[in-house]
Amino acid sequence: MTDNNSDMRRAYWQANVKLMLVLLVIWFVISYVCGILFVDALNSIRIGGYKLGFWFAQQGSMYGFVAIIFFYSHRMAALDRKFGVND
Amino acid sequence: MDLQTLTYIVVGITFTLYIGIAFWARAGSTSEFYVAGGGIHPVANGMATAADWMSAASFISMAGLIAFFGYGGSVFLMGWTGGYVLLAMLLAPYLRKYGKFTVPEFIGDRYYSRAARIVAVICLIVASVTYVIGQMKGIGVAFSRFLQVGYETGLLVGMGIVFVYAVMGGMKGITYTQIAQYCVLILAYTIPAIFISLHLTGNPIPQLGLGSTLSGTDTFLLDRLDQVVTELGFAEYTTSKRLSTLNTFVYTLSLMIGTAGLPHVIIRFFTVTKVSDARKSAGWALVFITILYTTAPAVAAMARLNLHQTIEPAPGEYLSYEARPQWFKNWEVTGLLQFEDKNGDGKILYTANAETNEMVKVDRDIMVLANPEIARLPNWVIALVAAGGLAAALSTAAGLLLAISSAISHDLLKGVFMPDIDEKQELMASRVAMAGAIALAGYLGFNPPDFAAGTVALAFGLAASSIFPVLMMGIFTKSINKEGAISGMVAGITVTLLYVFQHTGIMFVASTSYLGDMSPNWFFGIEPNAFGAVGALVNFVVAFAVSKVTAPPPDHIQHMVEDIRIPAGAGDATGH
Repeated sequence: MTDNNSDMRRAYWQANVKLMLVLLVIWFVISYVCGILFVDALNSIRIGGYKLGFWFAQQGSMYGFVAIIFFYSHRMAALDRKFGVND
Repeated sequence: MDLQTLTYIVVGITFTLYIGIAFWARAGSTSEFYVAGGGIHPVANGMATAADWMSAASFISMAGLIAFFGYGGSVFLMGWTGGYVLLAMLLAPYLRKYGKFTVPEFIGDRYYSRAARIVAVICLIVASVTYVIGQMKGIGVAFSRFLQVGYETGLLVGMGIVFVYAVMGGMKGITYTQIAQYCVLILAYTIPAIFISLHLTGNPIPQLGLGSTLSGTDTFLLDRLDQVVTELGFAEYTTSKRLSTLNTFVYTLSLMIGTAGLPHVIIRFFTVTKVSDARKSAGWALVFITILYTTAPAVAAMARLNLHQTIEPAPGEYLSYEARPQWFKNWEVTGLLQFEDKNGDGKILYTANAETNEMVKVDRDIMVLANPEIARLPNWVIALVAAGGLAAALSTAAGLLLAISSAISHDLLKGVFMPDIDEKQELMASRVAMAGAIALAGYLGFNPPDFAAGTVALAFGLAASSIFPVLMMGIFTKSINKEGAISGMVAGITVTLLYVFQHTGIMFVASTSYLGDMSPNWFFGIEPNAFGAVGALVNFVVAFAVSKVTAPPPDHIQHMVEDIRIPAGAGDATGH
């Protein structure tokens, strides 16, 4: 690629980093915040037989991780096409 | 048909399948050997990655650990899955775009330095060998147990089988073999879990069964479990923490970034066709892993409840030792389950109090293997579990050996010492290196220097403290230079190794431990197994500080970093 589209590349990268940071915050919240730091507080809430904090630690965080990756993959594919940088 | 014969048949069929696939897909070129020719579909690659990733530790040990740690066991669940998020967003697509075979190759090019590449190879080999020794030991135990032979014979048989398909097949063979192994191990894990969940709660899906009420009552399974264990004096199952919140936090982080830094997982993402496929592939890998990892807490809780209810069927009414079930007797033979009648009443009293507890040994590693027997499942299920445990141990050992052999033949020989060797010689060197690695790991497996679960966590800590930070900085900053990268890797891995050795002894020989394995000596109460995250932090800080005071990377490197951030023009993975 030539320098002419270096602005476009920068914009693509910024969009990527922004998306990534948002998703990393969610990643942190569902595992470290809900599963570890505030687990005791969340445990006072129940869904079925699960205490909520325990559920996040042993079930919910993992479903969340899967969703994050597919969402990222989907959005990045759209970004690749929008900026014309797909391979 | 008796259990032993059935086990031979099931294990025999699965092995014939693996070896047949390895032979059918044997590698012809270096590209096929290292990255399967770069033409693996993301779903297939995800499945193979999942098998590669889930070792004997995941299959056999993890549920047992959770069963006894309760909530505290969550570090393994979140740590070993959360790393895939980091992989998918921070590493996989960019390394795929860069398009070379190995992790040290990227580090060597990005930091324009042969020294950086060599340091990376050393870190990679230290982490992978640490890990593979644990696997070889697992293979030895599993084979000797299921083939009813001595440990040494079991280990030799296992080494032979790993050798055949890893050496002959290379990555292409391994990829297809691992797909078969994934199918075997996931069936072996979920089928008993479904039966047990159905039996206890009436719900066939273990993930839902864990949150359901016990059959015929209004009591939730987890509430009943909490009640049973606390009555016996154990910590409450759903809230018992592992040491401290800080330790839990750091341990989880360490396992996550270790996952993203382990070279045998990273090279998986070189085997797909496109950059976008590398992202998807990480997602598919995690889907297949999550099937096992979300089942594990159910297996753990149900096994713990089953165990207690077998021993104490009703409150205050203990099982008579004479009336103990068959599975109890089977495991007593192995020495992993031991009873001692302290008060001489002939009944089994199981409590948290060491004075009165009569179950003097309940090895947590037996939980998954014993589960089908405890739940009285048919013999074919027990045989299948045996085959699944072997598949898990073998597939991970093969993947690790591939990472080690490619580091030696491609990065050290071809890349540094003998750049003139042709493709054929390189392939040969790689196979020799792999055979050497099997021999070394096997040797250490015969004479295990106290390698246990801690070794696996240590392998993650080493990868976390050395490889992950330097890869991430290589992609996300342009300012880290070769001096920064090299000193960062060296500082990270050294700090981690010294911390571990000070508590567990140099090379785990306990007598050389200089601070003792005592929690008062722990840095902020962080256990040695969890220390990789601190090592990684040291790596980042040192790399930034050193880069600040030395010359910035040359222009062409800054352009290269910009280039790998853009998927366009990825092409095939190549070595040249």
